[in-house]
Amino acid sequence: MLHPSHFTAVLLFALFASVVFGITQRDTPRRMIRYGAYCFVLFVGAAIALSWLMFLIAR
Amino acid sequence: MANPQDNKSAQGGFIYLPLIAGWLVPGAGHFLLRKWGRGALLSVSILAMFSIGIAMQGKLYAGAHDILDMLGLAGDLGNGLLYAVSRAAGLGADQITVTTGDYGTRFIVVAGLLNIIAAVDAHNLRTGRKS
Repeated sequence: MLHPSHFTAVLLFALFASVVFGITQRDTPRRMIRYGAYCFVLFVGAAIALSWLMFLIAR
Repeated sequence: MANPQDNKSAQGGFIYLPLIAGWLVPGAGHFLLRKWGRGALLSVSILAMFSIGIAMQGKLYAGAHDILDMLGLAGDLGNGLLYAVSRAAGLGADQITVTTGDYGTRFIVVAGLLNIIAAVDAHNLRTGRKS
């Protein structure tokens, strides 16, 4: 049984989703890598930003 | 722009085979089109996401009692044979009892949705819409 932390789950989710998005949404390997990395940064960045926002709202 | 004539794999055979194979087995649509690298990455990503979801005691939707269950079931069905085999083997939780089970349920649903995207991509490669 697996019990990752919330952040580890976000990283895993972002990694796998970004790989699929990169491969399916772009034509060339170079653009696939760039788009995959872009999606990964957006996934993780959005999760961190929203986490801080919720933390500040809850205070 | 993609030229169908440039793509040798876009000629002959049943045109929906990569779409159906890609849905049933993650990455199989790309393997049929000899896109080994892409197929392997898609296969590993989707299989890993589904397996991690199961390992986190995620729920496999068995029926549709309300609209949310219906959407979850639709996502789960995107996993193709993975879903059928897992249901037959009794994997996945019936009820979510731990916090990570909720994450796991989402992992399984999203793995199915990503698998559908990958299968449609294989179909686009097959028809020559994508180079």
